[in-house]
Amino acid sequence: MDPFESIKQTFFQECDELLTDAEQGLLAMESGDADSETINAVFRAVHSVKGGAGAFGLEDLIRFAHVFETVMDEIRSGQMPLTDEVAKVLLRAFDVLADHVVAARDGTKVEEGRSGGALSELKSLIGQEGDEDDDLSGGDEDFGFVPMVISLDDDAPAAAASLDEPPPFDMAALAQTMAAEEPAEAPAAGGSVWRVDFAPKSEMYGKANEAGLILRELARLGETEVTLNENDLPPLDQLSAEHAHLSWTVRLTTELGYAEIHEVFEFVEDDCALSIVNESNPAAGAPAREMSDDERAAASADAPLDIAALLAKVSGEAPAEAPAPEPDLVAEATSSDDSLAAASAEAPLDVAALIARAQSADVPPAAAPAPVAKPAAPAAPVAAAPPAAAAAAAPANANAPTAPQATIRVDLDRVDRLINAVGELVIQQAMLSQQVLESGLARSSNVALGLEDLELLTREIQDSVMAIRAQPVKSVFQRMPRLAREVAEMTGKRVKLVMEGEGTEVDKTVIERLTDPITHMLRNAIDHGLEDPEGRIAAGKPPEGVVRLRALHRGGRIVIELQDDGRGINRPRVRGIAVDRGLIMEDAVLSDEEIDNLIFLPGFSTAEVISDISGRGVGMDVVRRSIQGLGGRISISSEPGKGSKFTMSLPLTLAVLDGMVVTAAEQTLVAPLSAIVESLTPKAEDIHYIGGKDAVIRIRDTFVPLIDVGVALGFRDTPIANGQGVAVLVESEGGGKAALLVEAIQGQRQVVIKSLEANYQQIDGVAAATILGDGRVALILDVDALVTTTRRKPAAARTEKRMAS
Amino acid sequence: MNITVSQSNSSARRELIAFRIGDQEFCVDIMQVREIRGWTPATPLPRTPGYVKGVINLRGAVLPIVDLGARLGLAGTDEPSARHVIMVINQGARVLGLLVDAVSDIIDVTEDMVQPTPDIACDQVKVFVKGLFAVEGRMISLISLDRILPDIEAEAA
Repeated sequence: MDPFESIKQTFFQECDELLTDAEQGLLAMESGDADSETINAVFRAVHSVKGGAGAFGLEDLIRFAHVFETVMDEIRSGQMPLTDEVAKVLLRAFDVLADHVVAARDGTKVEEGRSGGALSELKSLIGQEGDEDDDLSGGDEDFGFVPMVISLDDDAPAAAASLDEPPPFDMAALAQTMAAEEPAEAPAAGGSVWRVDFAPKSEMYGKANEAGLILRELARLGETEVTLNENDLPPLDQLSAEHAHLSWTVRLTTELGYAEIHEVFEFVEDDCALSIVNESNPAAGAPAREMSDDERAAASADAPLDIAALLAKVSGEAPAEAPAPEPDLVAEATSSDDSLAAASAEAPLDVAALIARAQSADVPPAAAPAPVAKPAAPAAPVAAAPPAAAAAAAPANANAPTAPQATIRVDLDRVDRLINAVGELVIQQAMLSQQVLESGLARSSNVALGLEDLELLTREIQDSVMAIRAQPVKSVFQRMPRLAREVAEMTGKRVKLVMEGEGTEVDKTVIERLTDPITHMLRNAIDHGLEDPEGRIAAGKPPEGVVRLRALHRGGRIVIELQDDGRGINRPRVRGIAVDRGLIMEDAVLSDEEIDNLIFLPGFSTAEVISDISGRGVGMDVVRRSIQGLGGRISISSEPGKGSKFTMSLPLTLAVLDGMVVTAAEQTLVAPLSAIVESLTPKAEDIHYIGGKDAVIRIRDTFVPLIDVGVALGFRDTPIANGQGVAVLVESEGGGKAALLVEAIQGQRQVVIKSLEANYQQIDGVAAATILGDGRVALILDVDALVTTTRRKPAAARTEKRMAS
Repeated sequence: MNITVSQSNSSARRELIAFRIGDQEFCVDIMQVREIRGWTPATPLPRTPGYVKGVINLRGAVLPIVDLGARLGLAGTDEPSARHVIMVINQGARVLGLLVDAVSDIIDVTEDMVQPTPDIACDQVKVFVKGLFAVEGRMISLISLDRILPDIEAEAA
């Protein structure tokens, strides 16, 4: 791949991580539990995005990220209070920022109005600085683009030096950008006058650095007065194009400190004679005066301190303590100045890291940060020099998020193969155990004991293998805050999304199919569930609605709850709509629970106005179907005026299932445990017949249909005689109950789900198959289909369900 | 016994597996046959045509078993025994088992030996019998496996 493209790809991957971090930080800020480190982290993330974007000339992204960063910086420095409103604007702007990143990656454009709206919102936060801000971003833009084509000033004798090393310029430009923000940041404390003596050596030009650019950067720090010293210039006949003969003296008026000025020379200081002296306060500049070429020793003694401070900043540790080691280095070391210095040092860092990766495309970034760092700092080969150290720190920083957990990427197919093989192992082991026992060996025999150990081991292997595919639901949850914000914006409601249990793990196959149902439910909760702010105030609630999204493990299943504190389900209206749509009879007697569940019926929508967000009448129906497709169930509980709660319960994996093994008509069948409520032995007097043959059974004064499984599946024609067999009370996904009559219950066990469709096709009443301990195939009952088939629901509904599942 | 019938170069050679149901002989392309195994009791499937004997466990995969005799309209195998044979065949992406009485031999033929199915055959046979071979005085029907399983669309409606 084109190396440039591959850096770009790396950049966008990093962007994803950075944006995720930033969003979490912003959410913490919104909820008010953000400490300064969180704010710093957000700032750094946005800053890194901007820095990288600069390297690729992604103009729109830079411009937007810059304003965002400026606002973050205001908050960070405490100049702008972090109010609720500010946090909300930031979150909205963040979404646009994310869009910008995506647009940059795909080479598209973010909708102008959307970007502009967020941009002006941000700018209004920093109010009076609007104009300056424009200037800054204008300049910024310049710098983002110009580096590749920047013209050489005519005063460079080594103009031949190749310009195919644009990144160093760019880094400097970014550092410059940061520095340029300083006036806004640290209001003038009275500028001091610095004298900078700068005498480049030939090596500096040889490394493709440009005196002209450095002077230009200096000029951005403040007022400059540049004097060219051409005393060393030999007569033309002796002039060697390969040698540097010129030096400059710059009088710089700025309120910035030594560190910022020195930073301009970061990449060249080893290849030039440099002296930076504070003329207005010679005492403060004293140590710096020793930074001459002749007294390198002094510089290298100072450098470690600087590096230490930088590293401390980069790793985000102890920002308050960092200035301590270097008060004598920094002329006007205020805390904010200092952290800015560190921040501005970061801009080149990340870019350097990216370049480093690109230049060592074949070296895995994590494998060897040190060798990777070297090419990153072509201008500063001396390892002890701050730039090199900084560059070395950069990859470390970039890798920090991934470093703590050593992970490998494995093709999912391989994992699936392993899981299948382990499934076979479990079955084989069970068969073996059974055969050994049948062969009459004593339970205490060595073989039987060995088999028991084998069983434990097999279980452990199975659990471990399943854990490989388990993933936290975070990957699904983290998309939700944005959705909530967008829906809230569209509906004009105020929403606070509280998420819990993001670390709850569930099989990857389940995760992938969770997004759609949760998305639907969240939309519905905000669009239909929550009232608008006025309505909430009128109902005596805070104007901001709260939606809680929780994930937790319960009984070997994952439960996902979505709760809102809105108006709850309007039962009379739901009922009225259901009657209008012909979904229920007008005189149907329904419990509250049954009415609530009507919203899951196909073609039901309570929205009076059909909106973009929800209300096409497919939402909850689709949700329920996809949950059922996963072997899960969904229920709703609602309290008028207080809100509704949707509870989804899903298996942790689609590969195994907890089942009750039963016998019906001499066939061994498995009923999913999740559907079973209880089992009981029916007495003959509890069984009644409605009309001709439809049996019902009385269970604690309620009558539920009694379904003879053997007959329902067509294994035999005559039902089990009254009073014989065992009834298993099941609840279908729709909430309807039924009793399944079987001959006997064999026990409860975990079974590996085997698809019937793979080699055959779906069969009504059978969900899947499994292989039992004796090696034979047993069918897993589709309780829902059994119940609805027996109820003689319209055939169309069943067909539809089958197509969907 | 392995009978090489023809040396004709004019047409592509293919190997077929011949098997017996009742007193008739059939064959399928050898490339479609994955393995041949003895009968093991199958788990019956509800609501399936009579020729679907059920499913068996083939090293972890659920394998539907079709009683080929019943499918072709011959007398089905009521009580399969260990002497019956399951031919595990590939049919597109699916794998299924054909219950037959016995596998007789492998025959090596060329395309030009295939004779078209005579018109007298009824429709049900014509669906499955693609052609006939005359081998050593025996008649062997070449079976098409494409429509062995019940039509899914028809079943779902």
